[in-house]
Amino acid sequence: MRNSIISVIAYILLAPIAGGLLEGIDRKISARMQRRVGPPLLQPFYDVAKLFKKQVISVTNAQTFLLLSYLVFMVLTGSMFFAGSDILLCMFVLSTAAMFLYFASTVTSSPYSTIGASRELIQMIAYEPAVLMACVGFYLVDGSFEIHEIASSPVSSIFNLPGVFAAFVFIITIKMRKSPFDISTSHHAHQEIVKGITSEMGARNLALFTVTEWYENVFLMGVIGLFVVNKNPYSYISALFVVVIVYFLEILIDNTSARMKQREMLKLSWAVTLVLAGSNIWILMLIK
Amino acid sequence: MIVVPFLICFPFAVAAVLMFAKGVKAQGRLAYIGAAFIAAAVVALGYGRIIGGFEPIRLYYDTKIADHVIFAAEIVIMLIVTYLCFKYEKKWVCLLSVIPTAVIGITEFTFTGPEINHIYIDRLSMLMCLIIGIIGGLIIVYAVGYMSGYHMHHKEVKNRSNYFIALLFLFMGAMFGFVLSSNLIWLFFFWECTSVCSFLLIGYTRTQEAVENSFRALWMNLLGGLVLSLGIAYFAFHANTLSLDDFIKAGAEGNPYAILPIAAMAFAALTKSAQLPFSTWLLGAMVAPTPSSALLHSATMVKAGVYVLFRLAPAMSGTTTGDMIALIGGFTFLVTSIMAIAQSDGKRVLALSTVSNLGLMVACAGIGTPETIWAGVFLMIFHAVSKSLLFLDVGATENTLHSRDIEDMHGMLYFLPRLTVFMFIGIAGMFLAPFGMLISKWAALRAAVDGNNIALLLFIVFGSATTSFYWSKWMGKLISHPHAEHSHIKDITRLSETVPMWIQAVLMVVLCVAFPFLSRVFVDPLLREMFGTGGQVLSQGLLYMLVVVICFVFAVPPITYYFSSKIHSNIKLAYMGGINTGDNTSFVDSFGDEKRLWLSNYYFAGRVGIRKIMVPCQLFATAVIIIMFCIILGVTL
Repeated sequence: MRNSIISVIAYILLAPIAGGLLEGIDRKISARMQRRVGPPLLQPFYDVAKLFKKQVISVTNAQTFLLLSYLVFMVLTGSMFFAGSDILLCMFVLSTAAMFLYFASTVTSSPYSTIGASRELIQMIAYEPAVLMACVGFYLVDGSFEIHEIASSPVSSIFNLPGVFAAFVFIITIKMRKSPFDISTSHHAHQEIVKGITSEMGARNLALFTVTEWYENVFLMGVIGLFVVNKNPYSYISALFVVVIVYFLEILIDNTSARMKQREMLKLSWAVTLVLAGSNIWILMLIK
Repeated sequence: MIVVPFLICFPFAVAAVLMFAKGVKAQGRLAYIGAAFIAAAVVALGYGRIIGGFEPIRLYYDTKIADHVIFAAEIVIMLIVTYLCFKYEKKWVCLLSVIPTAVIGITEFTFTGPEINHIYIDRLSMLMCLIIGIIGGLIIVYAVGYMSGYHMHHKEVKNRSNYFIALLFLFMGAMFGFVLSSNLIWLFFFWECTSVCSFLLIGYTRTQEAVENSFRALWMNLLGGLVLSLGIAYFAFHANTLSLDDFIKAGAEGNPYAILPIAAMAFAALTKSAQLPFSTWLLGAMVAPTPSSALLHSATMVKAGVYVLFRLAPAMSGTTTGDMIALIGGFTFLVTSIMAIAQSDGKRVLALSTVSNLGLMVACAGIGTPETIWAGVFLMIFHAVSKSLLFLDVGATENTLHSRDIEDMHGMLYFLPRLTVFMFIGIAGMFLAPFGMLISKWAALRAAVDGNNIALLLFIVFGSATTSFYWSKWMGKLISHPHAEHSHIKDITRLSETVPMWIQAVLMVVLCVAFPFLSRVFVDPLLREMFGTGGQVLSQGLLYMLVVVICFVFAVPPITYYFSSKIHSNIKLAYMGGINTGDNTSFVDSFGDEKRLWLSNYYFAGRVGIRKIMVPCQLFATAVIIIMFCIILGVTL
């Protein structure tokens, strides 16, 4: 009990820092891949600090509240995860959080924001099956939906769930809105949907959005780590190693691919989920 | 226990009086009083059961006279159906009524087995009574106001609203009879009653489309009745009893003569709860005025099918029938939720979501473990309340906006706030955490994994994604800022329509908050009664956590509304590449003219519309059913 309280507090306090650093590293590595020097490592923190200080301008006041809800639900998701609670419940709260992001964007009735929000919904149906399959996979292998039991299993889940893991890594790209799946938004505002889902978020609202993304990324990396950890404390080191590799892979994919059409994304992600995760789980069921 | 015959007979009596009542006012008053009495009787019955500690009650062993009355009524129903079939040139359909009546008649008169109880009340039938009495009663109250508004707008339809409301009462009486009967002959009679009632309700407007759709509903449901009657006759012949209890017991013990009748009854339940391939009748049922849809979708009809499947669950668990029923349920859940994406007509989305949700309940029943029935029962409770609320709300919205298209509901929060809040609560009740979808998905997922059922697992996993898609985009429409002129829109909802919605919305919220309590004191004991073991899937702690989450979700629309109406600072125009024309509703086009901005959702109608995928899905489901019967016939014969 005490352990879980400590890890929840640690998550709430440290996740923004870790998430911001991840983004800083992301920007730096991306820049190097493009033969640029890139911003300083702490640039994301400077950006957010400045955004908080700016005068608030928005299309509708309701957006702030909806974004706050997004943040709260995301923190709740991560807290439940690091407290070792039920993973299925975590994922359901996560999808509730994602709904609030959708609301925050669509409430403006701005054309670019609305198209971005609609595309975000498509992204949601693209990644959700794989997320649920991951939960089911953990349950099959470790006999429980409880995260603390999954984390203390005798063998790392990834050995029995390679397909599910691959599918999950695949849909994380969608969840993080990285190219080729940056469908609901874009890295640069000069593209056809401007900034998509974040088009109408400015100042404090954009800062809220960014911080929530940091919380989310840390949570997602936590799930990646959950595939690796077992009852042996040293496994946490290898989990960290896997997380670093996965994150680097995301940056690499982001920098080497062009945006996909949404229909192709949906087909591809469902096919990957069906083939990799589905067959993995089917085999597990057969040999059980 | 005078309340039991009262519940069954009183609605019939009210219906009869309504048919001859003169004057709209008098009819309305009669309907209010009737609905109030029924709801009061149900509550009294429930209270009595709580006092009595929920010991199951068995009543009426000697019912010679009632048996004769029921058989006579069955003949009357058959004659009415036959007459209408000939009148509308659908002669072959009457065979589906004549044959079962004959089969049941022969069974009844040649039957020599022991006299058994005809009425059985346990927690499950009590729950059904509460749903029928309270939700059904509220729908009738709503119907009184709605029908007078309806006939003001639809001059072309002959005003027979007393007949319409009488049918609603009749329907309720039949449903009470159905869920309380434990004699298979009685059960069958009330089963046919509900089929014919829904047929008459759907055909209310007597337009070409209504007649077509009503006959589709009729033949599909009567087909179920035919198979059911054959199953009952077969069982009575082999087991020499007509008791539903013995029927389920025989199935649960795996007696070979029970396999076929159980499959027959499950098949009949599929027709009634509009599973594929029989979903089209429920979609066609929308031609009738809204209260009938609300009644068919929430409190009655489709719930009858699910009720039967829940009853059969101990007998189906782990059998071929159970597996196939679960497969059809899961498949229906997925494909109808995909079809719902393509719909922009609010009522069609509701109809498809009913079918989809029922699919999940059917899958839960087919798996038939205590955990899945726990989930299924909760799904049924939440679905009844929220679907009824949504139908009433969409009906009222349609009267106000003259459209039920979701695209026309853009920004509805800002011009019809009350109706929008109700709608929001209803939709949240349908799919957001913690209820309905979530808990049953949870239980069904686990059961699918435990049962090594990969197909069902995939149906649920993909179906849950598509389900949240069509609900979220509807919710998003409601809270967006309006993009069209709306100052002329006035909420013309009458008090008698608003009150039922208020009650249901409050009921919904109360249910969500009280649902850990409900699970502990009612649903868990219900499962112990059925299976001998409890079935609660989630720990109480987690349930309370979910309650906190849902309170937060419910608080959103009012607070959003409050925020946007009270604070006016730093509001700027939306970004349109610098070509706004002064507000957010239009921009300058390439000719320099002002052009209205029109925002719309994705529908993908060309890819996942009903026209595109309904027929292949029906074929698949039909194949599954044929295979099921082939296997079962092969085993039994």
